[in-house]
Amino acid sequence: MANTQSKELKAREKQEVTSPAEQTTPGLVFTPAVDIFETEKEITLLADMPGVKGDNLTIDLRDNTLTLSADIAPVDNSDEQEILIEYQSGRYYRQFTLGELVNQEKIDAQLNDGVLRLSLPKVEKATPKKITVKTG
Amino acid sequence: MIYRRFLNVPTWRLKSPFDELERMRQRMDRLFEGAVAPHQQTLAGVFPLINLTENKDSYYVRAELPGVKGDGLDIQVTGNNLAISGERKIAAEEEGARYHRREREAGTFSRMIGLPGEVDPNKVEANLKHGILTVVVPKAEIAKPKQITVKS
Repeated sequence: MANTQSKELKAREKQEVTSPAEQTTPGLVFTPAVDIFETEKEITLLADMPGVKGDNLTIDLRDNTLTLSADIAPVDNSDEQEILIEYQSGRYYRQFTLGELVNQEKIDAQLNDGVLRLSLPKVEKATPKKITVKTG
Repeated sequence: MIYRRFLNVPTWRLKSPFDELERMRQRMDRLFEGAVAPHQQTLAGVFPLINLTENKDSYYVRAELPGVKGDGLDIQVTGNNLAISGERKIAAEEEGARYHRREREAGTFSRMIGLPGEVDPNKVEANLKHGILTVVVPKAEIAKPKQITVKS
């Protein structure tokens, strides 16, 4: 991890959603970059969603499908003229299939500086109990 | 002289059929340039990608920097140039975390943006909200458009 911290970031074009499942609103839709990792207890998802406020974000977990969709807060720049446009902004949309059961009640989502952190605690498996047989 | 006017053909230069072909080729070239250019513009970019806009008072530089804190940014104005540099950090997760996907990147960045006109370096404001950086660079008084009233 230490050596990756100091490397230089490369400019990347935002990834546009190629085949959106169903688009009813006009405008561009992008795929957020994500990190997904799991520990014994939970699955954590980090997603880069610049421009998204908490109340514009929808997280939906149905069966095994997790859907993230978000609208960006509009920027008031109607009186400005464009000189150089390198990136476009629009909605975010991405779907994941989870391989494991998730405890829906304990899902926690935080959005800070345009990064979503979603914690999906795994359903606790029945811990094997050792049964001692009494002999009497 | 009179018969020329009647025929309505410019006689100073004889047209060849190749002229028309040449003009068509030029038009095609222009068409393709227009179609390819917007992509090339972004591919040549340096992180972060920026949008530069202006109104009559200021220039606005916007960049998407998710996960970057304000104190991790260094913004400087020298003459007409705006320099944005900093580092994007991704904290190490706990031991034993197994990754399924790792698309987000950490690292340093540094970019210089040349602004098209004179600016006032003393009143530059930078704002970082929801992962979007907005730098407002006011134009210098001499660069602002002046409304001129016509006296009658």
